[in-house]
Amino acid sequence: MLSIPFYSLTHIPVYVEEWFSVNVSSRQMLMGENQQLREQVLVLNGQLQQMEALASENKRLRALMNSSKLLEDTILVSELIGISPDPKVHKVIVNKGTNDGAYIGQAVLDAFGLVGQIVSVSYNSAEVLFITDDSHAIPVQISRNSVRTVIEGTGDLYKLRLRYVPSTMDIKEGDLLISSGLGGRFPSGYPVATVQSVNHDPGQSFATVYATPTAQLNRSRYVLLVFREATAREAIGESLKTEAVDTYSPSSESAVVTEEL
Amino acid sequence: MRWLVPTTLIIALFLSMVPLPLEWRWWRPEFVALLAIYWATYSPDYFGVFYAWLFGLFLDVIELSPLGYHSVGLVVVAYVSHVAYQRIRGYTIWQQAAWVFVLIGIYQLFCNWVSGLMGKPVEGSDFLIAALITASLWPLLVMNLRKIKIFWRIP
Repeated sequence: MLSIPFYSLTHIPVYVEEWFSVNVSSRQMLMGENQQLREQVLVLNGQLQQMEALASENKRLRALMNSSKLLEDTILVSELIGISPDPKVHKVIVNKGTNDGAYIGQAVLDAFGLVGQIVSVSYNSAEVLFITDDSHAIPVQISRNSVRTVIEGTGDLYKLRLRYVPSTMDIKEGDLLISSGLGGRFPSGYPVATVQSVNHDPGQSFATVYATPTAQLNRSRYVLLVFREATAREAIGESLKTEAVDTYSPSSESAVVTEEL
Repeated sequence: MRWLVPTTLIIALFLSMVPLPLEWRWWRPEFVALLAIYWATYSPDYFGVFYAWLFGLFLDVIELSPLGYHSVGLVVVAYVSHVAYQRIRGYTIWQQAAWVFVLIGIYQLFCNWVSGLMGKPVEGSDFLIAALITASLWPLLVMNLRKIKIFWRIP
């Protein structure tokens, strides 16, 4: 990739700023941050307890139903090193490539939801196409009632459009849309967007529905690359239960918790 | 003179890809087109349609756009300013800036045509903000490059 040296050079100010924020910070600031992180850990731990119970229950029920096993996704943290300068193209460049096991079609997340997918990959970098790019579409389902639909980008960073929504479909403002996993490209169960407006026009055969992405597309510095396990999975309710590992190893199946029944 | 043209253009390439927040990208000036107009107007012997095409390709490579996307517009702009340089160099600097605004508009027109062909039609007139900012950078560019040329004794 010819463009990578350019991107790493224009990224230098970010590194400098990061270095300063790590090495030059006041005691007050650190104390405040520490306090905040402690509170966050407490809250998250509380949620995790519940999550664990639910996950094991889910696994048991699935085993009873004889359905496919629920596996956890392996995740690789990668840093954003470049943004496409063209305002019409919603693409970013991340610092992981084939060297780290990234591949074309790999799903990319941030802490809040689905960001997009890898469309081109080189030795140590990859291009990520955002879900808001107007050439992108992704199959989703409403988490409230599991109705399937397709959501596509509009070229606006805060707006996604739902295509071919029948006027009779049960969809409301504030509904959470999660990836359905149909099509085999994206893992299922990750939050994608929340419905922003539903407009039923009697003159039109389809309702106009807009949604806002849950991922913070213009803020996140670090994104997560999700590695698919080979088996087919349905991971409903499995959103955000992920495990952060620094390096991807093909034998990550061993990290998966298997429950004896 | 030989080194000043590629140096300024490479700086322009860097400036045109400094990361900006995603909503601010409409305001990024067209640095490469600005430099192409400058060199085609002030040094038509050194900078012509071929260099405009070449740096357009470089810009395509680093901006992750399809090859030729910026080249088309840059070639047209370089040709127009090449044909008209004798008249333009006689204008005052503000008249030149207005001329640059028109040329950048033409450049963006070509880029937007290609975008339209790719199924990304450009709506609204947000992109004209970039043309306006680029045109307002023209006097700054001309004055500074004049100083550099005098310092290095470049004709």
